[in-house]
This record gives sequence, C-alpha cells and structure tokens, in this order.
Amino acid sequence: MSSEQKELTQTPLLKIWVPWMSTSLSQRRGSSRPQFTNCPTMIVMVGLPARGKTYISKKLTRYLNWIGVPTQVFNLGQYRREAVQTYKNYEFFRPDNEEAMKIRRACASSAMKDIANYFAKEQGQVAVFDATNTTRERRGVIISFAKEKGYKVFFIESICDDPEIIEANIMQVKLSSPDYENYDKEEALVDFLKRIDCYKMSYVSLDEEKERHLSFIKIFNVGSRYLVNRVQDHMQSRIVYYLMNIHVTPRSIYLSRHGESELNLLGRIGGDSGLSSQGLKYARALSEFIRGQSIKDLKVWTSHMRRTIQTAEALGVPYEQWKALNEIDAGVCEEMTYEEIQATNPEEFALRDQDKYRYRYPKGESYEDLVHRLEPVIMELERQENVLVICHQAVMRCLLAYFLDKSADDLPYLKCPLHTVLKLTPLAYGCKVESFYLNIQAVNTHRDKPTDVNIARKPEEALRTVPEHL
Amino acid sequence: MSVIENNTEQCGNSLTRELTQNPLKKIWVPSSKNGLPERHISQRKVCMTNCPTLIVTVGLPARGKTYISKKLTRYLNWIDVPTKEFNVGQYRRECVKIYKSFEFFRPDNEEGLKIRKQCALAALNDVRQFLTDEGGQVAVFDATNTTRERRETIIRFAEQNGFKVFFVESVCEDPDVIAENIVQVKLGSPDYTHCNTEEAVADFMKRIKCYENSYQPLDEELDRDLSFIKIIDVGRRYLVNRVQDHIQSRIVYYLMNIHITPRSIYLCRHGESDLNVKGRIGGDSGLSARGKQFADALGQFIQSQNISDLKVWTSQMKRTIQTAEAVGVPYEQWKALNEIDAGVCEELMYEEIQLKFPLEFALRDQDKYRYRYPKGESYEDLVQRLEPVIMELERQENVLVICHQAVMRCLLAYFLDKTAEELPYLKCPLHTVLKLTPVAYGCKVESVCLKVEAVNTHRDRPMNVDVSRQAEEALLTVPDHQ
Repeated sequence: MSSEQKELTQTPLLKIWVPWMSTSLSQRRGSSRPQFTNCPTMIVMVGLPARGKTYISKKLTRYLNWIGVPTQVFNLGQYRREAVQTYKNYEFFRPDNEEAMKIRRACASSAMKDIANYFAKEQGQVAVFDATNTTRERRGVIISFAKEKGYKVFFIESICDDPEIIEANIMQVKLSSPDYENYDKEEALVDFLKRIDCYKMSYVSLDEEKERHLSFIKIFNVGSRYLVNRVQDHMQSRIVYYLMNIHVTPRSIYLSRHGESELNLLGRIGGDSGLSSQGLKYARALSEFIRGQSIKDLKVWTSHMRRTIQTAEALGVPYEQWKALNEIDAGVCEEMTYEEIQATNPEEFALRDQDKYRYRYPKGESYEDLVHRLEPVIMELERQENVLVICHQAVMRCLLAYFLDKSADDLPYLKCPLHTVLKLTPLAYGCKVESFYLNIQAVNTHRDKPTDVNIARKPEEALRTVPEHL
Repeated sequence: MSVIENNTEQCGNSLTRELTQNPLKKIWVPSSKNGLPERHISQRKVCMTNCPTLIVTVGLPARGKTYISKKLTRYLNWIDVPTKEFNVGQYRRECVKIYKSFEFFRPDNEEGLKIRKQCALAALNDVRQFLTDEGGQVAVFDATNTTRERRETIIRFAEQNGFKVFFVESVCEDPDVIAENIVQVKLGSPDYTHCNTEEAVADFMKRIKCYENSYQPLDEELDRDLSFIKIIDVGRRYLVNRVQDHIQSRIVYYLMNIHITPRSIYLCRHGESDLNVKGRIGGDSGLSARGKQFADALGQFIQSQNISDLKVWTSQMKRTIQTAEAVGVPYEQWKALNEIDAGVCEELMYEEIQLKFPLEFALRDQDKYRYRYPKGESYEDLVQRLEPVIMELERQENVLVICHQAVMRCLLAYFLDKTAEELPYLKCPLHTVLKLTPVAYGCKVESVCLKVEAVNTHRDRPMNVDVSRQAEEALLTVPDHQ
C-alpha cells in the first residue's frame, strides 16, 4: 500500500474532511454518512383492505425521508383510479372479474416500472409498494422482479380481525376516498365490506414455514404482537424498531419554544440566557393555556438550557430534561448577532444561506446533525401519548418537519415564532395543526433566505432579512 | 393533570424560584427555599418508569439464556440502567456443593426438585432485595423456567412486589448450535471440572433430555397477555408480544441486533496529533510525523491480519481520517465518534485549565464520569451519544474503529463491562490497537503496540481532589509534553 499521505481539506459547507485528490475513488473512501444499505430496498405491504397498510406506508415513508433515506410510496389504488376513471362498486374486485383482473395486473406492472425508474433515475433508496399483495402468486411476481433488478425486499403484513378497528379505519379514511364521492356513508360502508370479502377467499398470509426465507414483519392487531423474520440489514432493523414503537391511540403533541430570552431581545443567537420579562409572562400564560386544555397525563419535556427550564418551571408539573433537545450549536458564532457574523465570517454567512439544511457552523452543528440528534426524541414521542415539548427554534423546526412531512429544503425556514404553541393531532393519514398565539409580545427571530446568497454579495444584501432587535 | 393540584400553592412562587446550574453536571435546577434537592424535575434517563422490571429467561439448557442474560445486563448497565443477573444454576451450585450427574435433574428426583425450587425462591428473594432496597431497576432471572407453573409462580411474585415482567425465550433446534454452546461454555463449568470432554457432553445431553418432556414454550394464544420476546434459531425469527414500555422496547431492539457470528472488533486511537505533542486537549489538528508513521504501521498491521470484509469507521475529526487514509480501504465517518467536547477548555493544556478554571479542574477529578465541561460534554453524555455506534457494532462483523481517548474508553467499558467509576481511567494509549474477540460469556482482549513512539496522554486521578488543593497537587499526574 502506498505510504503517500494525502492532504486533507475540510469541505466549506459540511465541514467534512476529505482527501485533496478529487478522483472518484478517494472521494468514495470517506463517506460522511453511515451507509444504510448498498442496494435499494422494496418494502412490500401485505394485508386485507382497511388493515392500515396505507397508514403504515405513509408514516414509514415520512420517517425514512426525515432521517435522510429517500423514500417514496407507490399506492396501487391510485394507479387503479387513474386506469379506471370512475369507481362503480365492489364488483370490480370480484375474483372472477377477468377484465378487472387484467387491469389490476397492468397497474401492478406499471407501478413496478415506476419503482425501477425511481431507483435508477431519481436516486431513491426505498420504495414502499402499498397494495394488498394477498396472494403468494402476486408476492412471487414482486420477488422475481426485485431479484432481477438486485433490490432487497422486506414485507410488512398487517393482520387484524377486530371488527371495531376495521370499521373505525373505514370511517376515517375510506369514506372520504375518491371512490366513494357519490355514495352516502352507509352505502359506502356496505360496499367496502363486500370489497374486503372479495379478497378474503384468496388471502394467504405470510407463512412462517413456507416463506421462511423471506424478510418480513407481521403486525397483529395494531401492534399487540409482532413476528419478525430474517432482518437483513441496518435499515430493516431500524424499520422494525420504528414499526414496533408507533401506535394509533388518540393523543396530541404540543410544541412550543421557550419564552423570549434576554439574548433573543439583543438579536443574538445561541447561548444559555434566562427569560426576559416578556418571556416570564409567556411562561405564566403557557401554564394557564395548558391547564385550560385539560390534558390527561401530560408529559412535559425541556432541553438542558436555562430558558426552556425556566418556562417549564411556571407550569408547576414534573418535567424531563433532554440534552438532545438543546438548540443547534452555532460553534464560533454562538452569542453573535447576524450583523457580527456578517462582519467576521461573511463567507460562512453566505454558505449558510446557500444550503441552510446542510450548512454546519464551524465547530458547531448543521440542521442535518440536529435531525440525527433528535431521532431518539421522535422515537419516544411516537411511543408516548400527550406530550408538551418546550424547545428552541431550530429544534422545533426539525420536529415540525417530521410531523408535517416537510422537505430538507423547507425545514430550516419553517415559521416557529416565540410565544406560540402548536398543537398537533394525528388525523387520518396526517396531522392536524392548531396554532395558539398566547398574546404576549415577543421579538421576531425568523430570518428569511435573502435573494442574494452569493459569497460576493454586499453586506446590505446579506442583512436585508435580519429581523429587528435592540 | 395529577400533580397540578398539589402545586397550586407553589405556582405563584415558582417563578420567583431561581435556577442555579449544578457545578458538576451543569444542569439547571431550581434552588428551593430550604436548599434540599427538588424531586419534580428529572434528567432524561432510559428508565423513566418508577416500576422495576423483572426479565425472565425461558428455554432448554444450552439455548444461550446465560449468554443473553449477561450481554443484556452489560448493555443496560452501560446505558445507565442499574441491572443485575441472578443465575439459578449458581444458587444450585452453592446449595449442592458437588455435582454428580444429570440424575439430579431427572423430573422424578423429588429431592432434586425440592432443592431446585428452594434455589429459585432464594434467587427471587435476592431479586426483590435488589429491586426494592438496592436501587436496582432491572433484574434478569436466568433459569430454564420451562413450565407454565414455574412462570406463574414468578408472575405472582412480581405482582406482589409491583414489578413488571418481561420474558425472553430462546428456542433452538439446530444441533450444531447446541453442540457449539456446550463446547464453549458448559465444558468449562464447575459442574464438569472432573469430567473429560466426552463424558461431559454425554451427561449434558441427558440433562437437556430431563427438561424436554415438561417444556411448555411460550404460546401466542395461551400466553397472549404476557409480555415477551421469543428468539428462534439464534435470531432468524422473533415473536414479540405486548411490549409495555420504553425499556422493554429498547431491550427488544437490542436483542434483535445482536448475533453470535465469530468476528473481531479492533479499537485504536488516531495517530499522535500535533496538539497531543503540545499537551493540549481536544481541537481538530492533524497528525504529527510520528502519528503519520503510526498510520502507515496500522495499514500494514491490518493487511497482515487478513481480515475478511473489514469495515473501517472514523470520527469526523481530521486526525482519525488522516489515520484511516493510510489504511487504504473505504471508511465511514461518524460524527458520533468525535472526541468529547471540552467546551471552554478546548485546546488548553492541563496547566492552563488549572490556572483559569481551578474549580472545574477539581470537580472533574472528583467525579470524572459525570463532570461536564462548561459548554461541553461529560463522559455520561458521550455514552449516550455512542449508543447507536454500539448498536451498529453489534450488528456488524469485523470492524476497525479509529477514534479518540475518551470515546475509546467508553466503547471499551461496554465490551469489558467496566463501571462508570473505572471508565474514565481506562488506559487507551496512542499507537496501540486493541483486538476484541467475543469468547464464551465475555470478550478476549489482545493488545498490539505498533512500536511507534508517542506521548502519553493518560492523566491519573490525583490524590488530592479537593477544591482548595494547591496547584502542584492538581498537576501532579499530568503526563509530560513539549
């Protein structure tokens, strides 16, 4: 092996050390992100209608994208709706309906073609194939397809025989489906139940013995039991862990920042200051608000920083401090104003505007680092029920992006003003957001992306969007 | 909300409560009127539940129950969940001083059954003491527990004492795996010191047979109200039922990531750095000339080891990456492997820290594990940060981790089951590779010094850790540097 020591340089945006040589070989040597998997993975849903497959598909996809794994859902029902413009009734799904069978098979092929395209041309890493896939034959087709292309396959089967859960599912998400626009509620319910029956005859569940060489997880009765077979790699292990932590019990998550802090007033970022007098007022208002909400068994979480803890203190209830909820570390820029950053580090300031998500402060963190740091918080939020999280601007943006499925580009610019509580309640396939401004004045700390992000820009250009401060 | 009523009176005063920052851990706590510690805030710990947990193993002999018990206990203690294992076999050995033969385990051996039941009860008694009186959070009850009757006894015991129960069953019918188990851990057991290998194996197989007839595995239907994980064929398949809380969820995740495929983990620090030479801590400097020599030597050493499919991991700091570059194979950079953040003390020499922050310097010597640098981290923080690294190390096979002193101490403490007190003083010198190979219930360590000179960066705990000590006493154990 050559003993020639190559010089290392630090990439200006990510602050990653890479060898000076720019041949592709040495660039690939030091990957800065633990590789989740080398080859693309197809996650294949299995289960009768109204078993939560689409719910799981969308939630899992949201989670994977948030942790940085490009993922997309391919919902067969949507392909079918495009092919057969108008849905008449359950008869389409009868097993003896040859014409319909042909269309449905064609849709499956079309979806698989799009999956191949997603992996080959769009840098996708995971494709979630959301369909019933209830026969061994259909699963066989998918497996052959994946084998031919070199994709890994992981099955997720949802099994549920509790009629109440099934009916609740149907009410929540099926009745509002485009299929049932022209039906009234009772008719829709009757039709859908007949639709389920069409699948029941030919439904073959994943078999522990016959299909023991496949990788899969079977979820029974919304998570009371799981059967996990042959987890192949890190990502499948993370997926299993995630699936085992989510639940469908109704609850709400409240997100808020600390009350206005003394450094906020001065327009300075970071630091560990206490609350200003307005901030203290907010803490009291928050306490009243929370009491008014009459929340059962509320857990309260803060960071380790003084301002969130001071805010929580006013609530008068037990709270847990998480270091992981600390604000983004601005490294050498800690406690500076934007004006000072522009004056002392104009290049850094510009780089940050160019790619605010990936930009890492010198000796500090990036939003990307924050997401990584917050993953255990999200996992525990999934496990919990009613929680109030008192945190910080960048942290709240990351958490919000997870719940509202915002992209890495949108995330750093989400509006999370001081003295405003966001109440998130899971609903159907997404999240309802209610915003409560508690009517206590505070400075604005939101800096929009300026029009000119060029390193050569003038200071006025850079500072155009800085919010006012003392 | 349950607590709000009790605190209504305090609410008006709560905002006048000052927050002070605890000097050791740098945690903000309200300073109460009478100076007593507040109990209603807590640090995020793994076990936020008030309820201790009893983990109960289930399975025929030689199915890996003790292996799992010990490994799980080691992991939980490392992530700061006080855990202890209670192996009924050990209680039996204390009771029946000499093991004669498998006949002791025959289901029709009345005397044997009586003794075994007594031992189980004695163990449960110790469990109760550990969880109730000694601040334990998790107890691992390691025995066959193969009958539903025995398990009911345990469940009743747990109910009486307010413990949660989580069963871990290991089911395996692969004769090769069982034979290997027996060779690895049974032959060396005190039970078989007086037997030769063939005799021991024959006896042990008969011992297993004694349990087989009465074995009632956990059943999806009959035991559907219990919380358990059934591990089938060393992790090929898992059945998980009714996970109750966070700690059980973490336990399941851990159990699903461990494997027993033979492999080795190589731990080493980056080569000597420019700041090392100057006796300065932290920073992000490059390798010194000797450090570069080490990197080359490391490359050669790794080649000579002929390791199949070696993964190489570094931190995101220049010195580990420079070191990895010389090894010449693809490597992954983990931010989680970065050295401990010394906050305001970054790039200072110990002498400078003593000069500028003598109080901090003393506090660190008083409790090096929990001490957090101002605007920095503690070893305790490091362990939390490194947990995903450990989890991935468990999943992987052959790995070389090129990291830093404090980080390497944390990783080593995990593999070698060191306490929080020992951890910050583990010796991890520069230019030395530690090769860890799992063997039986623990880890074999081989230390390879690559014969390239380097400064010593290990500072022992001084005798005097008092805040009022003299500067010389504080600096007594500082290693030499430029």
